[in-house]
Amino acid sequence: MTEPVVRRRSGIRGNEATAGWLFVAPAVLILGLFLVLPIGMALWVSVSGWNGQGSPFAPGVPFVGAQNYADLFLAEGLTRENFMISIRNNLYYVAVAVPAQTLLALALALVVNQRFLKGTSFFRTAFYFPSVTSSVAISVVFLFLFANSGAVNALLAMVGISGPAWFADPRGLLHLVLDGLGLVDVDNPPAALTGGGPFGLSWWEWLAGPSVAMSTIIMLVVWTTSGTFMLIFLAALQDVPVQVEEASLIDGANAWQRLRHVTLPMLKPALFLVITLGLIGTWQVFDQIYVMSQGKPANTTLTPAYLSYRTAFTDFEYGVGAAISFVLFLIIVVMTLVQRWVMRDRDEVRPRRRWWPRRGSTS
Amino acid sequence: MTAPGRPARRGGFRTLLGTFLGYAVLVFFALVFLYPFVIQTANSFKTEADAAAHPLSPVPDPFTTAAFTKIFDSTAFPLWIGNSTLVTLLITVGRVFLDSLAGYALARLSFRGRGAVTAMIVAVMAVPGVVLLIPKFLVLNQLGIYNTYTALVLPLLVDAAGVFIMRQFFLSVPTSLEEAARMDGAGVFRTYWSIILPMARPALITLTILSFQASWNEFPHTVVAVQSPQLFTLPRGIANLVSGSLGAGTQYPLKLGAALLATIPVAIIFVIFQRYFVRGAAEGASKE
Repeated sequence: MTEPVVRRRSGIRGNEATAGWLFVAPAVLILGLFLVLPIGMALWVSVSGWNGQGSPFAPGVPFVGAQNYADLFLAEGLTRENFMISIRNNLYYVAVAVPAQTLLALALALVVNQRFLKGTSFFRTAFYFPSVTSSVAISVVFLFLFANSGAVNALLAMVGISGPAWFADPRGLLHLVLDGLGLVDVDNPPAALTGGGPFGLSWWEWLAGPSVAMSTIIMLVVWTTSGTFMLIFLAALQDVPVQVEEASLIDGANAWQRLRHVTLPMLKPALFLVITLGLIGTWQVFDQIYVMSQGKPANTTLTPAYLSYRTAFTDFEYGVGAAISFVLFLIIVVMTLVQRWVMRDRDEVRPRRRWWPRRGSTS
Repeated sequence: MTAPGRPARRGGFRTLLGTFLGYAVLVFFALVFLYPFVIQTANSFKTEADAAAHPLSPVPDPFTTAAFTKIFDSTAFPLWIGNSTLVTLLITVGRVFLDSLAGYALARLSFRGRGAVTAMIVAVMAVPGVVLLIPKFLVLNQLGIYNTYTALVLPLLVDAAGVFIMRQFFLSVPTSLEEAARMDGAGVFRTYWSIILPMARPALITLTILSFQASWNEFPHTVVAVQSPQLFTLPRGIANLVSGSLGAGTQYPLKLGAALLATIPVAIIFVIFQRYFVRGAAEGASKE
């Protein structure tokens, strides 16, 4: 990272210092003004009772301390209920989407990387294409695919299944599975579970699983992200030396043994990277919710990101909205740190240094 | 253990089976990833009744361009295209110029505070975008530029990831040429403009394409930057069309057509420059 600094004449050096600052000034100004400063402003708003009228820094705006945060975690009421529902929804969303997109991306990369298959570059492009399209446009397509008279239900009808009304169905998948196994009755849930639970949400509600409506958004996100993650795995696979693979062939290892003991260990850094990016991305889902469901039905597609937006811009409770943003920020930071920590421990093969960073975009 | 290069694996039934299974998987997933676009295109040329009755069919029957006529006649689609084009052009030009300028300074010029600026860029990259929605609104509101073209463009004129991309690129090219130019007495900006930038073409193309794609598709920023329909870009307009007055359940040919038109520019760029996309995504894996 450090380059050898050649001693130059002081005149050019002085010149360089001015030029250096002039060159970075626009970037520093814009990033500082629109990314760093706003975080400070939002921190103040999250401990204030600002309602959107006038400036949040006007003298009349009350300081409410940790009240907005307490409303999210401690105080009984609609605010906490909605927030906890959004956390539950997002937890299930992460728990399904991250493993699904990681496994699908890995599987696709392994197949595309096979040397005995021709024309794989076409398929690589095809799998990646959904990732570059607009999240809004894709959401419209999925609204049609999963509509009551849409393509997915038409496909299901061909095999004799009558598909659900996807976007209107708030039933939790875990509830449905438990009901299907005969363990509980969805219409008459056991009193032991409905009686109480942490943070004002009953155990029964915590155990709902992602709703049918949420599952369509999960499918959409897995579909759009797998291509990008496949490329990360492919880049790592291309770093696996051919000799290693040949050596294992000579040793008589079968395909499964080679995958398990040769390829996968070398993919570990890429695997952790994909999981980290997945965890960060899935806590930020916003566009798809805004276009497809707006939190409906029965709040089962509500996520913290969308809730913070709705609380601020529809309910004009900017303080609570900002507080939700900071809690979300904290969740993502913790996820990242945990991943980093796990990664440092197991990072046996360091990835080749690259000069392109992964773009930190919102899904 | 066994003799080297066991021939049993090569040739014969197993390889044939492997090839067949490999292609079966590839073709199946190609359908999964591409057929939705076929359905989208086909249904945007259908009548509403046909789209509802035969959503899976790739052939419109009857074929009609009614949806597209309606998109241009009875929605603000032309306005959204205009806004999107303007905003995308400004942001892309701004990012390519300002990101490369800053990236060059951080890689090559020695000045006090360089380490701090680099650390800030890296820190900013790690901030999740969705968390910034309310904060961005607050600052735009405070500056009095909420609901203006300035609010749509200015905050996105620089992106930290782009600065970082350019810095890493400039760190990787040899210094001999620019040193020679500087010895000859060329100023810092002149050296940058006529020696460095031409060398940086591959990185600049990648940056241009990523900026174009990101700003053309940008949605959440527009939600907190503007509210007047006069300032809607394509994603914002389409989101409004879908969740707004035209309501759920109907008008699918129209909605799909609008989404299709919004996808086409990025699709064209993707097909032409796909290796740059692939590089941006895959080689971009590591921030370290």
